[in-house]
Order: sequence, then C-alpha cells, then structure tokens
Amino acid sequence: MPDKFSSWVTKILAVFKKEIKSEFRTRYALNSILMFSVVTLTVLSFTVGQFSLTNSVKSALLWVILFFSAMSGLAQVFIKEEERKTVSYLKLSASPNLIFLGKFFFNLILLLILEIITVPLFLILLEVRVQNWDLFLAVLFLGSLGLASATTIIAAIVSKTDLKGTLLTILSFPILLPLLFISIQGTKVAVMGAPFYSGLAEIKFLFSYIVVMLTASLLLFETVWME
Amino acid sequence: MLSLQLDNVSKWFGERQVFENINLKLENPTSLAIIGPNGCGKTTLLKIICGLIRPSRGKVRIKIDGQEVKPEVQRAFFSIVAPDVELYEELTALENLEFFTGLRNYNSSRTELNQKLEQVGLKDRGNEPLGSYSSGMKQRLKYAVALSVSPRVLILDEPSSNLDEEGIFLMEKIIEEQKKDRLVILATNDLKETQYARQIFKLGN
Repeated sequence: MPDKFSSWVTKILAVFKKEIKSEFRTRYALNSILMFSVVTLTVLSFTVGQFSLTNSVKSALLWVILFFSAMSGLAQVFIKEEERKTVSYLKLSASPNLIFLGKFFFNLILLLILEIITVPLFLILLEVRVQNWDLFLAVLFLGSLGLASATTIIAAIVSKTDLKGTLLTILSFPILLPLLFISIQGTKVAVMGAPFYSGLAEIKFLFSYIVVMLTASLLLFETVWME
Repeated sequence: MLSLQLDNVSKWFGERQVFENINLKLENPTSLAIIGPNGCGKTTLLKIICGLIRPSRGKVRIKIDGQEVKPEVQRAFFSIVAPDVELYEELTALENLEFFTGLRNYNSSRTELNQKLEQVGLKDRGNEPLGSYSSGMKQRLKYAVALSVSPRVLILDEPSSNLDEEGIFLMEKIIEEQKKDRLVILATNDLKETQYARQIFKLGN
C-alpha cells in the first residue's frame, strides 16, 4: 500500500509539474487571469474607489474579481488538452483520478499566484483595512480551494462540448453560488475585525464544501474523462 | 499469453451507426490490419479497442493466461500512434518521453530516453520543443513514446503518415520487432500497408 501511495503521489506530481512547465512556456492561463484581474481592479479603483463603500460591498467585489478571473483561465487545464488533441495519450497513461488531482493542484497554485498579486492591490486601491488577518487568510485559502475544485471538474465537463465558454458560466453559477456567498460573508466578518470564532460557521461551511466537491469530483471524473 | 477479444462491439454516434456486432479474437504474437473505406469506423474501432472510446454495445476483453483483466487496468496494455493523437508541442521530445514513461511507471534514465530517440532517428533533437519539429519528426517521436513503455498491444492508425523513406523503414523495423512477441493492430487506407499484418479485417461494405 505505501508503494502504491507513493506511485500515486509521483504521478500526481508528474501531471502537476507538466502543467507548470507548459503554463510557464505558453502563458495560456496565467496571462488571461492576471490581465483580467488587474484590468478589473484598475477600473474599479477609478470608478467606485472614490465612494465610501461598505465592507459587504468591498468583500463582494473582491470575490467577484476572483470568480471571473478564475473563470477566464482555470478552465484551460482540460480545454487545451481537448483542443490540442493531447488528451488520448494522457487517458492511456494514468488513472483518471490522478490526472484530476494533478490538474486540481495546478489550478490551486494558479489561483494562489493570482491572489498574491490581486489581493494586496485590491486592499491598497480600495482602501480596505483588514482587522482580523487570521480569519481573512483562512477564508481566502478555503474559498480558493473550493473555487479550484469546482472549476476543475466543471472544466473537465465543458471541455467535451462545443459551447465551452457559455456552458462554463451556466454550469459554474449554481455550483459556485453558495461558495461565493459564504466566502463574501466570511471576508466581511474578517474585514470588520470580529473574533475568529465569529467566522467559524463560514469556515466549517467552506471546509464541508471542499470535501463534498472533491469527493463528488473524484467519483464523477472517470465518467466525464472517458466519455 | 495475452488474448484480445471483441464481443459484439457496436458503435453509434447519435443516430448514425458506425458498425455493428464486431467479433474478433487475437492471441499474441500476431498482427492485424483493419481496412475499409473512409468513414467506415477504422479509427473509432481502434480507439474502442484501446479504451479511448466506449462502445455503444458489446465489450472488449483482455485475458492473460485465460484470466480476464479488469477494464480499468486494460488501458495500460496499449500504446497508440495516430494522426489525431498529439504530443505536447511546448515540451521538448525528451520532456514528452519523460512525462509519459513516468506516468506509466517506466522511470527511464536520460540515457535510456536518448536511446529511444536514437531508435527513431531523432538522436540530436531531444532538447528541442516539438513546436519546431516537422510533421514527420513528430510522427517518429510518437513511435518513440509508444515504444518507451513496452506496450503489449501497439495500435497504429495510418502508420506511415507523414513519414519519409527512412521513417517508413524505421517503422517497418518497429512493427517487425513488435509482432515477434506482441500484438500489433493497425488501420490503413493504403493496401500496401496490409503486408505488415498476418491477418486482415475488412470493415464496412
């Protein structure tokens, strides 16, 4: 069993490393998500930055930027495999779930890179003062995990269709709505400076969402992948 | 001994029936050429055999010494070289080889991978990205990737497409070597290529 486990880890890492290498050579997704987030942030800071916005609005704006940036880039992990006809070798080479996990971790890293650049800019440009950093970072990290897991499985589904862009938004909206709602709520609580336990309900929800989404994805992925 | 069996395999794409009730049994070592007119489903049949497409009806079975292999393990027995199966253009030939051999648990050293490239005439081109390769070189690399995992069943769709004379000679050597103790299944429109196979299966009318 330990041998089997280490073989799984090696294969997941191989897929992850291949994605990183491909991405940094082609900038397929990175450019798209960074450009989207920076442009949106700039537009926001010029238009609504002058008004005194409530913490609820600011938290919502942060997650709207993250959501649409993720939509613009993270789906590429599967779409590019289909479009460039590289999917067949991958299907023959490894178990579907290992491929899913490799691509999920890549999407997570991409999202975290996006956040490292976008979140500080957002806080500066929209003059947001976070009062509870522990809670803020916990919500941000768990929200990103949820966003990456949902986007990865949705990307796998839409990559098989002709209407990729349209279907991605339609499918993502109902699946990601609860995640976005709770992440916005948790971010608002953190920005207002409430103690960590005040955001515990949001943390628990986000954690459960990730567990459910990843479990469902691993159960569903083989059917989607081999279709 | 490995045997590959197709039981009543049928395929529809929507309303269109591609083929119906195909029954085949192959025992290694042997080689099979699938021939037939355009659109008769040669490529589809190859993809069904190696598990890339699910049949609408019927089953593909692999048995080792009479024991049936679980469907989820079957894909590991195959390698494919086909015009619509591509490698990663942004990676080098060596990186492609390293990635696919790693995923199949064949952790080869750089020297071994270079030997694979030498086998297909790409010895000094291993560190170049595939984007700079000609279509013939890409086809040669597909052979190197396919062979690097010592497949028990080699699937070839239009095996000589894009290959020059030297490439065709290399391909013939590969097929000859492979069919000595393993299975080779190829699909072709070129009747000359049926010479590589011991058995012929005609698809369509």
